[in-house]
Amino acid sequence: MQSEKQSNSLTRQILQSVSDASLVPFLAILTAVVVGGVIIKLVGGDPILAYRGLIQGSFGSTKALSETAVWATPYIFAGLAVALAFKGGLFNIGAEGQLAVGAVASSLVGYALPEWLGYDLPIVIHLPLAIIFGVLMGGIWASIVGALKAYTGGHEVINTIMMNYIALNTTSFLLNGVMKDRSPTNVIARTPLIADSARIPPIFDGLRVHWGFVLALLVAFLIWWLLNKTTLGFQIRTVGLNPDAAKYAGINVKRIIILTMALSGMLAGMAGTIEVTGLNYRHELGFSIGYGYDAIAIALLGKSHPLGVVLAAFLFAAMRNGATRMQFLTQMPVDLISMIQAFILLFVAADAIVRYIYRIKAKGERVVLTRGWGG
Amino acid sequence: MDWKRFGFIALIIIVLFGTVVMIGQVKQPPVLIITSMLATTIAVATPLTLGALSGVFCERAGVVNIGIEGMMLTSAFFGWLGAIYMFHVFGMGIGISITLGVFFAILTGALMALLHAVLSITFKVDQIIGGTVINILAVGLTGFLNRQLFFGAGSVFGGSVPNSPGVLPTIHIPLREIFTPLCGTSTACLVNLTAINRVFDQKPIAIGAILLVFFSHYILFNTRWGLRTRAVGEHPKAADTVGINVAQMRYLNVLIGGMFAGLAGAYFTIESVPSFEPLLTNGRGFISLAAMIFGNWTPIGAWAASLVFGASQALLINMQIFRDVIPPQWSFLQESYIVGLTPYILTMFILTGIIGKTTPPAADGVPYEK
Repeated sequence: MQSEKQSNSLTRQILQSVSDASLVPFLAILTAVVVGGVIIKLVGGDPILAYRGLIQGSFGSTKALSETAVWATPYIFAGLAVALAFKGGLFNIGAEGQLAVGAVASSLVGYALPEWLGYDLPIVIHLPLAIIFGVLMGGIWASIVGALKAYTGGHEVINTIMMNYIALNTTSFLLNGVMKDRSPTNVIARTPLIADSARIPPIFDGLRVHWGFVLALLVAFLIWWLLNKTTLGFQIRTVGLNPDAAKYAGINVKRIIILTMALSGMLAGMAGTIEVTGLNYRHELGFSIGYGYDAIAIALLGKSHPLGVVLAAFLFAAMRNGATRMQFLTQMPVDLISMIQAFILLFVAADAIVRYIYRIKAKGERVVLTRGWGG
Repeated sequence: MDWKRFGFIALIIIVLFGTVVMIGQVKQPPVLIITSMLATTIAVATPLTLGALSGVFCERAGVVNIGIEGMMLTSAFFGWLGAIYMFHVFGMGIGISITLGVFFAILTGALMALLHAVLSITFKVDQIIGGTVINILAVGLTGFLNRQLFFGAGSVFGGSVPNSPGVLPTIHIPLREIFTPLCGTSTACLVNLTAINRVFDQKPIAIGAILLVFFSHYILFNTRWGLRTRAVGEHPKAADTVGINVAQMRYLNVLIGGMFAGLAGAYFTIESVPSFEPLLTNGRGFISLAAMIFGNWTPIGAWAASLVFGASQALLINMQIFRDVIPPQWSFLQESYIVGLTPYILTMFILTGIIGKTTPPAADGVPYEK
């Protein structure tokens, strides 16, 4: 009797916390969709038709669903990257650069390793190598910023952005030079195709959705486990909430900062790696642009919770995927999606606005990242 | 700003200029190279200087603004768009269209800053997230409108991007005319004089930016307004106690900062080149934040730091000019992607604080709760 009552109240508590956590994001999305509709109307389009196209294009058929999952895969990884950094009190705007570095690294392993060795590798060795190398490079790229933050106080926001430009320049250099696809018809900056043994197989025949998608869901669970069930996760969260308290509790704050950044970079590198090994089979210049900001939006929308990130990644993937259909039906440019996403982010970040519009009382902690500039 | 810092800035600029002179001297006399490089440095440092000033005003009042990049991008777009509309749709003259374009850019900057102020001061959103929202919104908004207004159904321009009415003219400062008598009959003297004159012949926003540096310095450190601004950024509680309206001071300073960022945006599409392309600001909003930090939140220091970044960009431009005379052992200088890394690496290096620690305003980034 007593325990039944307890479990009842526990269920209610969980339900309550889920609805509390998802209410504001949901209303933010709703508000952004309304604002987007007004904009469509203002530029002379039909909002209903546009949104219908968006939904048809993203969920209307098996193929559309598969494509949404394909889009969602890198979003989940990149969103987790930013979310994990948020948990550790760090703002990683550098997912874009880490993703590019990871993609370049794993395409290098993918196409060049068999050439160097002189014989073909089996998939069980080649594919994991390509993925691990890409992930590691993403992690190393980000941990530079982590180390600068830990030892010199150089602020990670500016440093990750600088690393984005350094990554973009370096990949341009490589993809126009030593790593350029030398096939006679090629004029763009891209790598050669990776070997078959470095490719992630599709889940179903005839659809593009590949096992990388399942891996993404698995990694999301793993991150949840890491953050909530391990000592390291506890340390990361403690440093994120209060570095001073963490220091007095005996946590090596510098080490945790570097480690958080490295893990975050590894996740972002994974996004690039999976796109190369699972979808494009090569890295092409410019492919990574925009992912960094999308990842931030996804992490904020998902409230930095792995499950929230997965859901937010799906929403963004559906919008990107459905945009083509929307453009076909209403001649609204695909860029409209970026704007609706910006509004979603605006209303999620400024949840005070949403609370004000819908008269909801404030609850829970507020994200605090601005602790002044280092230097 | 201490002398160590200015020394570092001077050192970097000398190294960058020295590299170009050493490589280019087989093609052009050093005086010509140095003056042309100086002219380029001052011109390309303009948006960085203005961006850094924008940061100085916001952060001296206690509001962190990483949305400068987005403010610049939006203003660059709307300034350019305004000039095009005035010229093509309303049939105004070239001069008026361009001037109004600059005005629109400043207005856009102010409006974006208003959004930042509402988010960070009224709603007390984390200021770094607020700035990121501005940056993302800027990319979405300019990308969407850039396509929709020109290629969308019912566009007044019918599916093509019309020519912009043009760019602001260079203002000639008549040094050559004044000092020519001193040269007498010497041709070399006249050549040098012309070259030196070229450094001072800048476009209006570039000249305006330098004047604004000193004006801002005066405002911040010698007026009641400046004292109050610094008070709300250092100790808002104390400022509030003596009757200063903290929220109002912060709002106004963020708006001023937005106008600076707007003028920086106008530099890109109205002063530098008469066209817009998505993402054209290319991280310069963030680099100007680094300049502000290195300049220790002072206008003159921030300007000096902006010049370093300007010089590193001038290096890139000159390496393309002297591409064919670069000696083989220095061939990496031919790679624009590698030389192009200079400003980014410099930024990260400066932020390490090796050249001396900087101190932000004490209440920078902290929302004020009464």
